[in-house]
Amino acid sequence: MTSLMALVVGVLYAAAIYMMLRRSIVKLVIGLVLLSNAANLLIFTAAGLHRDAPPLVPDDAQVPAGLVADPLAQALILTAIVIGFGVLAFAVVLIRRAYEVVEADDMNQMRDTDT
Amino acid sequence: MNLLVILPILIPLAAGALSLLGRHSQRVQGALAVIGSIALVISAVALLLATWEQGHIVSELGSWPAPFGIVLVSDLLAAIMVLLSAVTGAATAFYSLGTISIAHRKAGYFPLMHLLLAGVNGAFLTGDIFNLYVWFEVMLVASFSLLILGGERAQMEGAVKYVTLNLVSSALFLSAIGLLYGLVGTLNMADIAVKLGEVDTGMTTVIAMLFMVAFGIKAAAFPFFFWLPASYHTPQVAVSALFAGLLTKVGVYALFRVFTLIFGMDDPLIHQVLLWGAGLTMVTGVLGAAAQFEFRRILSFHIVSQIGYMMMGLALASVSVLALAGGIFYIIHHIIVKANLFFVSGLVYRLRGSYELKQLGGQYRDKPWLALLFLIPALSLAGMPPLSGFFGKFIVIRGGVEAGAWALVAAALVVGLLTLYSMTKIWAEVFWKAAPEPAAAPASGSNTLLYATVAGLALITVAIGVAAQPVLVLAMATAEQLLDPTRYITAVLGGAP
Repeated sequence: MTSLMALVVGVLYAAAIYMMLRRSIVKLVIGLVLLSNAANLLIFTAAGLHRDAPPLVPDDAQVPAGLVADPLAQALILTAIVIGFGVLAFAVVLIRRAYEVVEADDMNQMRDTDT
Repeated sequence: MNLLVILPILIPLAAGALSLLGRHSQRVQGALAVIGSIALVISAVALLLATWEQGHIVSELGSWPAPFGIVLVSDLLAAIMVLLSAVTGAATAFYSLGTISIAHRKAGYFPLMHLLLAGVNGAFLTGDIFNLYVWFEVMLVASFSLLILGGERAQMEGAVKYVTLNLVSSALFLSAIGLLYGLVGTLNMADIAVKLGEVDTGMTTVIAMLFMVAFGIKAAAFPFFFWLPASYHTPQVAVSALFAGLLTKVGVYALFRVFTLIFGMDDPLIHQVLLWGAGLTMVTGVLGAAAQFEFRRILSFHIVSQIGYMMMGLALASVSVLALAGGIFYIIHHIIVKANLFFVSGLVYRLRGSYELKQLGGQYRDKPWLALLFLIPALSLAGMPPLSGFFGKFIVIRGGVEAGAWALVAAALVVGLLTLYSMTKIWAEVFWKAAPEPAAAPASGSNTLLYATVAGLALITVAIGVAAQPVLVLAMATAEQLLDPTRYITAVLGGAP
């Protein structure tokens, strides 16, 4: 399971970077979406995967029986998803405004401030 | 709960929230900007004094004991940074009152400014690595919105690059946190430092490099600085000054924190990467500035170049305490001076309606006092004695000599000279040469507040230069504190880790 997830994470990173290297600003934002999801999945995988082991403590015990999934990692991902969602909402509005002002979906038309 | 540590975050948050509620009343917003920023300065001074007397001040949020809950930790470095951000924030607030238009105020300028300060202070004070990420994002979202306030084409183009590279940096930071958590199973920075000492895998180096790249992008270090000169000259000048003073320094702070506390400098790879990064950042930044003829772009490239000096202090930390102290001294000096130079560029813009050096001129004849107010931070930036920049450079370079890093010392000296060249270029073009054309009519409104802000920051610069010894004592104490992470760890985790 872990190696499968590792593969998925790797493919997501690769796809994100590929999309961000394109000239279109829409693809740039899609790349950013993929990148933040890749990072979230990476946390999920790195924290350890345990199937069918919810982090619940039985009524009559102080600690859970056996290995359980780590709830903290999931809390982190939840936080990161919320933050990522807000930031990406901003990015979408930004590229829409940028498209209106520059009148092109092309990063090469946006080099006025570089030189 | 220790109120002193929380106030520097709480005050700007409250000021931001209240000023959002009162966004239809200019009077409420103005009053909140003044009261909020002065209260922040007072609380930051109190925090620094308390930290100086008591050592580390730790506050466990929600009374969850470390390492399970989130802690706020104030050590000398954090307290100094909070004070600097408070001073820059106050200067920006006063300057904004004189420059920001009603339309921009209605669009929420002041709430965003307060929230940016809250994010910056949160990042300085947190003792939890994931919490650091959250504060980074608070700061970033506020800075995105401030950057595009006004919505001109240049701002949009700059913002696309700024947003993209900062989000990439955040994603890398988050990945590094994920891998680190997988390795040590904790997020408390003190606890990470302890647990990471117990594991010995190549993974540590991978994570260290991910942090280095993530913070390198935020700090605008070579080769990740391209977003900075593409965007910092586009927004309102008060925003430029606030960004120039604070945002990259949050990245530098994170580098200082992570590479003294968590990773340590004994890994030769980290040491080498930082050394090369420092040298190349200095040189490319200053060469970029030499090619520019726009006031704010020259200053932006100089931010990059100055980041190199701070990284040099950090890179040599394992060999020379003095170098690290020099790096800290340099941060203190740089934040004040750089924000001030941007403020001066804004004043020149208000008087002559341009940032292009070719269209400017004759300012010395028109406004000799403004020329003086430019000269103080400019010469300080270039490292002229007896101003603050001289001592900053002197201590860093002295540390470099102690460490025997001759190439880096040579680079630092040459870069200092080239900085002087850039500053004399601005001086000759903007202040000395005859004005090319009768300029556009100066912007309406009184500039008294703006002059007062610039003069106040210039006074601080002179004061740091005149009172260099006490500041150096503070920087040395900070450096020694940073180089002895056990003190931080015991303060956070208690006696038995």
